[in-house]
Formats: sequence, C-alpha cells, structure tokens
Amino acid sequence: MDPIIEGIIQAVNLILTGDPEVVSITALSLFVSIFGTLIACVWSIPVAVALALRSFHGKRILKGLFNAMIGVPTVALGLYLYLLLSRAGPLGYFQLLYTPYAIMIGQSVLVTPIIVSFATGALESVDPDLRTLARTLGASDLQTYSVVLGEAFWGVVLAIMAAFNRAFAELGVAMMLGGNIRYLTRVLTTAISLETARGEIALSIALSFILLGVVMSLSVAINLARKSSQ
Amino acid sequence: MTPHVETVGITKDYDSLRALDRVSIAAHLGQVTTIVGVNGSGKTTLLKILGGLDTPSAGRVLIEGHEPIPAQLRTHCTMVFQRSVMLRSSVHNNVAYGLKINGIPSQEISSRVKSALALVNLDGFEKRHARQLSSGEQQRVAMARALALEREVLLVDEPTANLDPANAMIIEQAIKDSARSRAVLVSTHNLPQARRLSQRVIHLYKGRVVEEGEASRFFTNPSDERTKLFIDGELQF
Repeated sequence: MDPIIEGIIQAVNLILTGDPEVVSITALSLFVSIFGTLIACVWSIPVAVALALRSFHGKRILKGLFNAMIGVPTVALGLYLYLLLSRAGPLGYFQLLYTPYAIMIGQSVLVTPIIVSFATGALESVDPDLRTLARTLGASDLQTYSVVLGEAFWGVVLAIMAAFNRAFAELGVAMMLGGNIRYLTRVLTTAISLETARGEIALSIALSFILLGVVMSLSVAINLARKSSQ
Repeated sequence: MTPHVETVGITKDYDSLRALDRVSIAAHLGQVTTIVGVNGSGKTTLLKILGGLDTPSAGRVLIEGHEPIPAQLRTHCTMVFQRSVMLRSSVHNNVAYGLKINGIPSQEISSRVKSALALVNLDGFEKRHARQLSSGEQQRVAMARALALEREVLLVDEPTANLDPANAMIIEQAIKDSARSRAVLVSTHNLPQARRLSQRVIHLYKGRVVEEGEASRFFTNPSDERTKLFIDGELQF
C-alpha cells in the first residue's frame, strides 16, 4: 500500500481511538494557544482602541510598527525570548524556559501585532459619527469606546481568531522556548516536525489533521455565529 | 429675560480658516430659534460648540448665565444630526441607550421610550431593527432618542435635509412640541421651514451673525442687505 495512504489510515485510527499521546499534544496546544491569545488581548485591545480612537504624537509610526511586526519570523522572536528567559537572561530567575508558560508568553508576544493591527482596522472602520452620537447622548470616553467596540465586535473577533490561528500553527517559538519535551511542552507543530523527521508519518498526518481541523472549524464556527447574529 | 443658553464672542479657527467669528447668540426656553445660512456658513460648527462636541478657539457658552465645561454642557444639551446614525440594535435600544448611560432606572426607561416614540409617530416600532428602517424613520428615531433624554436644550442640525414631506412634517411637529419645555436651536437653509418653526431667526454668513430677530420681522423686513439677498435666494457664497 502507498505509504501516504497507509499513513492516513493509521492517522484516522489514532484520532478515532483517542491515542493518549495525540490527545496530550492536542490538549497542550489548545491550552497554550488559547491562553497565549487571551493574554495578548489584555494589552492589544486597549492599544488598538488608543490607536484607532485617540490622537497623539507618533500614532502613525506606532501603527506602521505594529503592521511591520505582523510578519516577524517566529524563529527570530523565539531566539530573543530565549535570551530573555534563559538562566543567564534578565528573566532567568523565573525559570520559565522549557515550560508551557514560556510558549504561552512567546505566543502572546507573537500575536500582539496581529490583534493590534487588525482590531485597529476594525475600529477605524466604524462610522466616526457614532462616537459623536454617543457623546451627545452623555457617554463618557469609556462608554464611547464601548459603543465603538460593540459596533466593531465581529472585526475584533476576527482579529482574535487570526491571532489564535497564528499561535496555534507556529513552530519557531514553541520549539525554542518549549524545547519539544514529551508530555510537557510538545505541541502539535513541534510534534509534527519531530515525527516527520523520525519517519513516523502516520502520527504526523494525524496531528496535521487535528491542526488543520481546529483552524478550519474555528473559522467556520465564527463565520456561522457572525451570520446568525446579523 | 435671561436667555437659557447663549454664546458670547465665539470664534472657531481651523488652521487658517475662521469658521466662526465672534458669534454671540441667545436662545430662550419655550422658543424655537432657527439659525439660517448658506452651506459652510458655520451653522453646524456653532451647534457642535453649543452641544459641547467641539471647543471654541475663543469665547464662551453660558447656560443660565453660568459657564460649564464642555462635558457638563452635554448634560444640558443634546443634538440631532443631519445624518442620523443608528446603533446596530432595535429601535427601543437606540432610544433607551442615552437613558441607560445616564443612569435612568429601567422601569422609567420603558415609559420614556414609549412616549418619545409616540411624539414622532413611531408607536409599535420598538422591536424593529433600527438600521432596517427608511431614512425618514431613522431620523424620527434619532429625534425620539434626543427627546427621551429630556435635556433643556435641543440642538437640531438640518433635520429634514433629505426627507420626504411626510417625514419632514412629523419632525417639524416634534420640534414645535418639544419647544414647550426646552430651548430649541435648529440650523437649516430651508427658509420656508425656518418660517414655519421659529420664533427667532439668526442669519449666519461666513461665520458671522449678520442679522438676528423675531421671525415675523426677519422675513418681512430684514435690515441687512445679505439677509435680503438670502431670503430672495440670490446670496452668493
């Protein structure tokens, strides 16, 4: 039998039988990527609100910087964060390197420009007269931002989804900060890379199916929710 | 009688352009004051400053003789814009929004929304999606939203600029009714409308007040040459 077809059959079998290693890798991947993205939201959305709705010196430069950082190579980012988190680095005291938290931190930094840039675009596309309306009805600055965020809700959700997809599918940060340690920091992308190198095609294919399945299911779910809300 | 709202020497500059030049006007409770003028004469800028949505380069806005900061001005005034903007929600939520953020109790919100919608002949529209209404109906929702707040100063910018006569008539009636308990300032370049609505008329030209007075005298016996030309439809900008 063709080794690829054989690999696909074995992959389906691994997924359907709930192979413990496949489950562990998938669960860890989801855990670090979900929390990495959510942590990034904590600072990225307020930054996006400021960039879209406030006027200040250097705003255009800052926006350009975030746009440029979207394409930062994950290996380069992984290297810089490795230097920060390594025992000799400034944050070495916390002993985070080669833990899931290190991957989470790395992914949150990685996706920050995506959330900031896309959410800024979504907020800027909201009719500016809406802010004037909110103010004339007595809204405070915070209430005005909340109205604009509400209008740009799905645009911001898409920004967060794009960020999650990027975190979930990236390899460099997870490899350099997590170290691909079995049952501890091995995530889908690092496992696919390792198993392919070892010739374990079936496991690689199974993991890639899950990777693609999660990314596509999330996109479909978000689009369905968006359509049903309109 | 002390005016309820007045401007004293308001000037507004945008870079090299002077949009308003030492404008002093007054409006009283129980009256509709109309600000007329050609496009670009500064009517909207003046209303925005009165509503605390823009700050003057010089001059003051007074409410009952006192000078509030712009944020406080917004607790006295509310504005209806030429182009109505609807929140992505129901008619009820659009009208209720201003009441909610101003801390009005929820049981009072429902009754105020209902009364405000009745003033613009939109009874029964509460559950309709605001953005799916016609532009005339949306403008009526915008008027109801402002009226529900029960501010003592209502600023209305070109309220019927793009509306059919039926919707315009409803808006005009709501403006007249609301003036019983408010000072209402309406900007328009529609002279028949100004004649129908107002007790006082102010003519703005190139950012300056060129004529001001009782509506009856303003239209029949204007003293300024530019106002005469404006009324005759011959004023060049």
